[in-house]
Amino acid sequence: MRLRSAKAGKMSSLKPASGPEIQLYESRKEVFPKAVDGFYRRLKWGIMAVTLAIYYITPWIRWDRGPHAPDQAVLVDLANRRFYMFNIEIWPHEFYYVAGLLVMAGIGLFLVTSAVGRAWCGYACPQTVWTDLFQHVERFVDGDRNAQFRLKDAPWGPQKIFKRLTKWSIWLFIAFWTGGAWIMYFADAPTLTVDFWTGQAAPVAYATVGILTAITFIFGGFMREQVCVYMCPWPRIQTAMMDEKSLLVTYKDWRGEKRGSVKKAKANPGEFGDCIDCNQCVAVCPTGIDIREGPQIGCITCALCIDACDKVMEQVGRPRGLIDYITADDAEAEAKGEETPPTWKTLLRPRTLVYFGVWAAIGLAMLFTLGNRTRLDIAVQHDRNPVYVQLASGEIRNSYTAKIRNMESRPREVEIAISGLEGATLWAGGTSRPEAQTRLTTQVAADSVAKVRLFVAGPRQGGKQAYSMSVRGTDEDAATDSEELFFERPGE
Amino acid sequence: MADNQRIDEPTGTQTVGHEWDGIEELDTPMPRWWLWTLYATIIWGIVYVILYPAWPLVNSATEGVLGWSSRGDLQQELAARDKELEPIRQALVSTDIRKLNGSPELMQAAIEGGRSAFKVHCVQCHGTGADGIRPGSGYPNLNDDEWLWGGDLEAIEYTLVHGIRNPDHSETRFSQMPAFGRDGILSGAEISDLVSYVRVISGEEKQSASATRGAALYQNNCAVCHGADGTGDRTQGAPNLTDAISLYGLDRASLTNTITNSRYGVMPRWGHRLDPATIRMLAAYVHSLGGGETLPALEEVSEATQQEAADETAVGEGGEDVQS
Repeated sequence: MRLRSAKAGKMSSLKPASGPEIQLYESRKEVFPKAVDGFYRRLKWGIMAVTLAIYYITPWIRWDRGPHAPDQAVLVDLANRRFYMFNIEIWPHEFYYVAGLLVMAGIGLFLVTSAVGRAWCGYACPQTVWTDLFQHVERFVDGDRNAQFRLKDAPWGPQKIFKRLTKWSIWLFIAFWTGGAWIMYFADAPTLTVDFWTGQAAPVAYATVGILTAITFIFGGFMREQVCVYMCPWPRIQTAMMDEKSLLVTYKDWRGEKRGSVKKAKANPGEFGDCIDCNQCVAVCPTGIDIREGPQIGCITCALCIDACDKVMEQVGRPRGLIDYITADDAEAEAKGEETPPTWKTLLRPRTLVYFGVWAAIGLAMLFTLGNRTRLDIAVQHDRNPVYVQLASGEIRNSYTAKIRNMESRPREVEIAISGLEGATLWAGGTSRPEAQTRLTTQVAADSVAKVRLFVAGPRQGGKQAYSMSVRGTDEDAATDSEELFFERPGE
Repeated sequence: MADNQRIDEPTGTQTVGHEWDGIEELDTPMPRWWLWTLYATIIWGIVYVILYPAWPLVNSATEGVLGWSSRGDLQQELAARDKELEPIRQALVSTDIRKLNGSPELMQAAIEGGRSAFKVHCVQCHGTGADGIRPGSGYPNLNDDEWLWGGDLEAIEYTLVHGIRNPDHSETRFSQMPAFGRDGILSGAEISDLVSYVRVISGEEKQSASATRGAALYQNNCAVCHGADGTGDRTQGAPNLTDAISLYGLDRASLTNTITNSRYGVMPRWGHRLDPATIRMLAAYVHSLGGGETLPALEEVSEATQQEAADETAVGEGGEDVQS
């Protein structure tokens, strides 16, 4: 609470009946995680490389869809309301596929959480990945944990200013490219890049880059673990998702306690546990917690403390795994000295299998329906006012507005036909009425909806009558779609 | 409450003093940056109050230094939209209306514009569906294929500009049917015979002695305007009596009333109230409702321009409005 003035301290504090002064507000305890190497650190490097590569490279993958569609493999074309993902094209009315993907993502998180706990938080969450990257930059510029401590307490001088400016510049550079990559998903990436640097891109592109740059800079550089602890709902939800069979980063207190240095343990054999109280697990923790206090909201299960502890245990010649991934059940059994089942058995329990089954079923169902989609669609709206028109010839005319949806990326000629209405004639708005005709052809531009005004005339007698209107592609893909309609007549 | 406050052993945090069934609430301190966000919102609030309308007064609110208002916003948007549409209106006015059919995009724009204008100026008489409100109401149904004064774009525009039977205007469409009964030209029995005849030629009744008598009366009194065969004459707005459509109804009572008292339907002229582009849009809209006619002589012109327009728009087809 160094920043607090005496007066402010008084205003924002309560004096309890006994004990220390209680603060209403708490300054952030800065975290300076120490560099560490080990299996989980390397795993994290790998996952960081893969996730960042996916994020930055995806918009630049090209995908040939012919002359009438964009050639970007993944494109969220908000302006034209199309979503492209490799050879899948989604129209707004098919948004349930995106909803399905979100449901899969949700259930996928359930699956991962119930099996391996907060693995998402520890390895794949953008907040974790970018914070990890920023902390690496920090160590690169300022030095490791102890050097960072010293620099923090050092008075502001040329060296500190230089180091701070260097660090923040690198952070800003990374943050800018983070925002810059994001907008590439929403427009043709090469074109947008040129437009962006020549000042011709849409204002929303600059605003998005600006906002995302600021968020990345602040969240990755300064907010860090506070995003996880105070802002993110997911740690809370995950607490409810986990059970006694989920893998947790656990300090094996039955093995570690009572803590004591190597020297003390040598002096008093049998009195101390394996933990030598070297604090390495705390030093490497990116959220600044002490895992030995047990499972807590601040633990994102990145397992860097496992790497740190294993290294120390090796050095002092004690068995590895004082801190380890272990389920709550196994921890209990192990503490009692019982045998624990192998981890894969714990992973393949009914709960995870059901999650996986549901997840896979949704995925397969979506793939199946994607493969069976028709890319031609007709929607007909009957004129409501008036519902029918008396013609001079004595016939009755009904008027319709049809929307023909051509979801293929090529212009098509389609045939519209009516059936089930005796003596009826069909013609399109803007053309003269033909003698007798029940089908007509019209052109629909590539990947678009054509609005066609349609007139159907039929004999006056017969009352309200059901019939159908259909559309059929006349090219190699003779997809069809039809709609049931009513022919309205007076007097019934 | 304060009596129960204590320091929680494992976390070292003060409790708030609530306890239920052994569960206590920790009074974890808020992060300090959270406080900063509160200050930031306060500053934001003050800036907003200065920049934008905020404090309600008796009749209005403080204006704010930016002078923003939602009404002003709307006006700007409308002005911008008007500016956007100006080229279309220009093109509409400068295009020969007989060739309008040949450029589908301009025609479509005109129809949509007319649809809006119709709702403002025309629905009062013709109804929201342009169907004349109900059959026999005296207001023509504009959806059908029967026209008193002509149903091609040019004729419809003329009717719109000059109106029908406007007493203050020399170019207005004008005709008047005599009130055969009221003025004593025909007797009640004769009118009844005429009614029978008209109902026969329009297919409402079977041939009868009365209708035969009516046929002779028709040739003497009506054929000069309605034609010997009863198909009417558009140059004077004389309706076709042989088809299934009638402005005032084909039942005996309505026809008797028509022949006895005659009819004198008036449509206001719009040439001095609306600008030429709007009138052209209205003509295009009415023409599009299903009964629009193309004059045979003009079909060639129309086809030629259609070809022209097709060549011109062949490139621009990809930019067609896409609705989903």
